[in-house]
Amino acid sequence: MSEHAAVAKLKGKFPDTVLDVVEFRGETTITVKKENIVEICSFMKKDLGYNFLCDLCGVDYLGKSPRFMVVYNIYNIATKDRLRLKVPVEESDVRVDTVSGVWGTANWHERECWDLMGISFNNHPDLRRILMAADWEGHPLRKDYPLQGPGREPYQGRHK
Amino acid sequence: MSFTETMTVNMGPQHPSTHGVLQLILELDGEIVTKAIPHIGFLHRGTEKLSEHRTYHQVIPLTDRLDYLAPMHNNLGYVLAVEKLFGITDQIPERAKVVRVMLAELTRLKSHLVWIACHALDIGAMTVFIYAFREREHIMNMYEKISGARMTSNYFRVGGLSADLPDGFEKDVRDFIDMMPGHIDTYEGLLTGNKIWQKRIMGVGNITGEAAIDIGLTGPSLRGSGVDWDLRRDNPYSGYEDYDFKVHVDDGCDTWARYKVRLLEMREACKIIRQCLDKLKPGPILADCPKICLPPKKNVVNTIEGLIHHFKIITEGPKPEVGEIYQGVENPKGEVGFYLVSDGSPCPYRMKIRPASFVNLQALPQMVEGRLIADVVAVIGTLDIVLGEIDR
Repeated sequence: MSEHAAVAKLKGKFPDTVLDVVEFRGETTITVKKENIVEICSFMKKDLGYNFLCDLCGVDYLGKSPRFMVVYNIYNIATKDRLRLKVPVEESDVRVDTVSGVWGTANWHERECWDLMGISFNNHPDLRRILMAADWEGHPLRKDYPLQGPGREPYQGRHK
Repeated sequence: MSFTETMTVNMGPQHPSTHGVLQLILELDGEIVTKAIPHIGFLHRGTEKLSEHRTYHQVIPLTDRLDYLAPMHNNLGYVLAVEKLFGITDQIPERAKVVRVMLAELTRLKSHLVWIACHALDIGAMTVFIYAFREREHIMNMYEKISGARMTSNYFRVGGLSADLPDGFEKDVRDFIDMMPGHIDTYEGLLTGNKIWQKRIMGVGNITGEAAIDIGLTGPSLRGSGVDWDLRRDNPYSGYEDYDFKVHVDDGCDTWARYKVRLLEMREACKIIRQCLDKLKPGPILADCPKICLPPKKNVVNTIEGLIHHFKIITEGPKPEVGEIYQGVENPKGEVGFYLVSDGSPCPYRMKIRPASFVNLQALPQMVEGRLIADVVAVIGTLDIVLGEIDR
């Protein structure tokens, strides 16, 4: 399959930051280094027209290194094109620069990601818990967080 | 000597016009809102965490409970995402696709009926509420006929539908659709020319198209700000490209514009449903992928292969390839997306729901700050939020 047009442009502008490009079911996922994420997102928005951030979330790959991925599903309203950016985050330094300056909508998405996945965002204007109570301990969507909640018998059901 | 200070008022989480358990902390200078801070999460049920411990088939009922005013749309978004992950999107039978579109549009009507009912009720026009809920009752009855449940339908399946439409259902829908445009005229007759209604919503909750894109508004809320974007037309799914419908846009950027857009959308939905009824032909309702889709009950009890496949799917669950996909659908409230990550096991490794209401609610502070406190109620109504979807 031919490579997505945005990939070449991104590689041209930011050589050495593109770690991996995956095509799956017609969707392109680009993994980039986390140091440049704000510049890359601004470039995607201003120069390539990906003006809409659909979704932002974290994924916990427990047992792998790097442990976390922050995923940005972005969309270009003019060309109707979707693209996905991913940023690896090490467990030892669970923080990424905020993109809420690029897309205002990232504000709540990043708060949710911090709340449920425990990935913190540098320079975020208002990094508080959003879905869980303010005094909650732990981050429920992490893979090592028990399904039944803290202080209860572990889930004995389905074995993968 | 005059002395002024701002006052902080709690609105919700048990306030009738917050459409559920939304809490707003409003800082007021007299009647003017200087700051609005939404607090959410009172209805958080951990849908994403739960789904990591269920097979792909077992997640469908959880999605009903997101936007419980439009359960079929959530089902649709989820099953389309799973079908894409398994790579069986092009194997869905025609009948299943048409029925899905028909029910999705009926659900859009159902959701918009609740919107107009509650929006008008909050502002003080009570009669519309009673009329709109009367029509919604018809759609709930249809839900009950096809799925047995009035709200949490759980009707769509990976690969098609859980059962075929019952006898006489098409006639029910056709009768309903013949009546519906007249009912919409009634709502418009009660509201559009109503001076109080106009005063309460014209020029209220303004947001420009650029600001709306930045904050992530989708659906009618975005189209009321003049942005021409509808996933049904722009990234069609489930055969939407074969239907003739118009995407209505209004560049008024206020609550009035969004009111007009939604009413026109209801009329478009009627048109789409009528086209579905004309297209509907007898045929299979489930894709022929025995390793992935549940076999028809007839095969389970009559053939050994059917029994084995059924047993394997129920006890173990189908396993997709390793990969990740995102599927967005145009819900009545905006774009609802499902981001699925598969590690090759029978359960989703990670499922992220992109909720429309969650993102739309984020725009509330900038739409109400500097406005009267009474406008907050109008803006909550026009954003058409559902807390089940916000809190997940």
